[in-house]
Amino acid sequence: MSDPHSRAAAGHSAQTHGTDGRHKEDFLRKYVFSNDHKVIGIQYGITSLIFLLFGFTLMMMMRWQLAYPEQPIPAMRFALPFGLVGLIVLAFSRLRPGIHMVVGMAILLMGWLVYWLATNDEMMPGGIMLPEFYNSLGAMHGTIMVFLGVVPLAVGAFGNYVMPLQIGAPDMAFPKLNMISYWVYFVGGVVMLSSFFVPGGAANSGWTSYPPLSDIATTGQTAWLIGMVFLITSSLLGSVNFIVTIIQLRAKGLAFMRLPFFVWAQFVTAFLLLLAFPPLEAAGILQLMDRLAGTSFFLPSGLVVSGELLPNTGGGSPLLWQHLFWFLAHPEVYVLILPAMGIIAEIIANNTRKPLWGYKSLVYAAAFLGFMSFIVWAHHMFLTGMGTSISSFFQTTTMIISIPSVIILSALLISLHGGSIRFNSAMLFALAFLPMFGIGGLTGLPLGLSSSDIALHDTYYVIGHFHYVVAPGTIFALFAGIYYWFPKVTGRILNERLGKVHFWGSFVCMNVIFFPMLIQGLAGVSRRLYDGGSQYAHALGVLYLNEWMSVGAWAMALFQVVFVVNLFLSLRKGEAAAQNHWQATTLDWSATPTPPVAHGNFARVPEVFRGPYEYSVPGAAADFTPQNQPL
Amino acid sequence: MEIPYTVDARPDTGLYNAKLGIWLFLASEVMLFGALFTSYILLRVGAPVWPRGSEILNVPLATINTVVLISSSITMVMSWASLKMKDFKKYRVFMGLTFLLGVAFLVIKSFEYGAKFEHHLFPSNNTFFAIYFTLTGLHGLHVIGGMIVNAYFWGPGSRMWKTDPERFTNRVEVAGLYWHFVDLVWIFLFPVLYLL
Repeated sequence: MSDPHSRAAAGHSAQTHGTDGRHKEDFLRKYVFSNDHKVIGIQYGITSLIFLLFGFTLMMMMRWQLAYPEQPIPAMRFALPFGLVGLIVLAFSRLRPGIHMVVGMAILLMGWLVYWLATNDEMMPGGIMLPEFYNSLGAMHGTIMVFLGVVPLAVGAFGNYVMPLQIGAPDMAFPKLNMISYWVYFVGGVVMLSSFFVPGGAANSGWTSYPPLSDIATTGQTAWLIGMVFLITSSLLGSVNFIVTIIQLRAKGLAFMRLPFFVWAQFVTAFLLLLAFPPLEAAGILQLMDRLAGTSFFLPSGLVVSGELLPNTGGGSPLLWQHLFWFLAHPEVYVLILPAMGIIAEIIANNTRKPLWGYKSLVYAAAFLGFMSFIVWAHHMFLTGMGTSISSFFQTTTMIISIPSVIILSALLISLHGGSIRFNSAMLFALAFLPMFGIGGLTGLPLGLSSSDIALHDTYYVIGHFHYVVAPGTIFALFAGIYYWFPKVTGRILNERLGKVHFWGSFVCMNVIFFPMLIQGLAGVSRRLYDGGSQYAHALGVLYLNEWMSVGAWAMALFQVVFVVNLFLSLRKGEAAAQNHWQATTLDWSATPTPPVAHGNFARVPEVFRGPYEYSVPGAAADFTPQNQPL
Repeated sequence: MEIPYTVDARPDTGLYNAKLGIWLFLASEVMLFGALFTSYILLRVGAPVWPRGSEILNVPLATINTVVLISSSITMVMSWASLKMKDFKKYRVFMGLTFLLGVAFLVIKSFEYGAKFEHHLFPSNNTFFAIYFTLTGLHGLHVIGGMIVNAYFWGPGSRMWKTDPERFTNRVEVAGLYWHFVDLVWIFLFPVLYLL
């Protein structure tokens, strides 16, 4: 094993290396079914990054279809990068079992799956994408990115790894439950991926799975529902664990108003996951009943499919699904963005070397945001004909919820004022997050107003809007977090030069990909068109943008290769990190060794004496005063 | 490494970890069944006709089942109280009774289901039966889950009484909170499906 945990735990494991049998069991307990929140966090991190890569590749295949409709796809060109990266990572492993080997094999497997999909005669006859397959790719891209990529990375990986360190806890409150959460998530991911192989392919009713379409869709939809039940269960168990840990295991002296903002963000997020996911689970159960037991919860009476009356009992309501789905999926938006804001807050305070501006307003805004996110869901449904009075209620709450978001963004922006900023890779991503999330948020306002939404609903404008929030928003924050905490996890620093190439490349590409979507959307191009809109006269003027966006997406992929290579190169050859490498005030850096002690995190149980961001305190010895430094 | 507050309550919150955990879990369960009950209301108000549950479902059997479940909640409390009074033998009796009452509930329920299937009444018949089978089926799964936990604490899990009696008592309390919740769900299900 090359990863530093084995080094940190070398003393511990040296005694058990005696016989092979005992060593094997030790390996399973320590790296596969580990109860240690740090190992579980790393497991979440690796798995979700691979899923992000895979979801991104599905999108690149869609972008080929949009840019060059009806032209055969060059399957090798899509699978080859996976093959190359996989082989590079495998080469790092020197063919010994360990993290490099597992990841290398996983990436090669992904490459094979991509190649298999792109050359599959049922889905891509002659290399030309069938509309049904385009729909599958769209549904699976959304599902994988949200439920298997971003949330597990933001909450499962960062929350699991960093939060207990920041509150001075030896582990999560329920370590075994934590391990189970990860493996349930893993099974959910495998179920989702395996749905590509069932007859008719993966789910193809969009990531929102609206009935009646999803009720009568091919078998892949059933796999999607079963996969979702696993993912929801994993989130539920995880969120219970997070909340209990934050409430019960804070170190002595760590009052709630001394928690780093990252912990607050995770705390609110956990409540959203806990309370918003069960309604989707209920909806999933009802849809499974519709598909398997012949009920018609979501099927209206007199439904005609392909010219034939559907032999169902009827009496169901398609709108019911939309209510249950968005009751989850709107809070889910804040599940995506809150941990990102938490990461950004940590990095901005650390790299401006001054306290966050308005810590209390940040905390109150995050809590209010969490509460409000439960009563805005129907702004996704203005066009369902639910009536103007309900629309005006949800339009009002939607305008109200923009206030705490603006408070958070403003506080972070004002925090920059007067700081002596260190422009490292983490900070560059954090700085880019602010305007990118700003664009994402502001483009959301016209969608939240029921009258302007009539024109924009289901156009590429919507796609542009939420991708600005999640892609150059949340994903940039996650990149920032990786650059910031990688030294903590591995004991080595990521290469700054490669990091900056990664940043500037991604920054330009993100905007090349997503800004034209806003233009296309305003021109009226609908989303979910497998030919990108070439059948519509009103779309013809903006159709040339499709090729731009696609080229942007493929260029984006190249810059991610730089990132992956940086990860594995630095793991092997990176510069060693100091104990408190960024000279941070929070316990994760100031009170633990780097990397932290394998069991129990802390060499000495920390005690907290002050607030989270005491940077550049006048009269202090250094420009940072750690939370655990006695008064 | 020891996780703090697995047995004793944290002074400022007054809770031990598992108790807070189970309350949070139950909050999510409230949202799960809440969403299903809401769906029931929405489907019912949207339906032109809705059958009266008392005319097609077996009210006497369901009444017996209500009594059975409430009794099992009482025996569950008694089993925990016995542990608090350090009487392990009594605990075994009451926990065993709780489990058996769970079995009784499921047996009665299966008679009900069997009678419906015999008359060719399936979830696919109409929306009433769809929601009836979905809600009672999901509740049945929760009962089975609780019975597995209770059986474990009656049998192999009770070895902890010898090594860590306080922690074991806490575990039984937490299992009890879940069991009462399952009971409570039935108390809502019974009038909603059978009587209204």
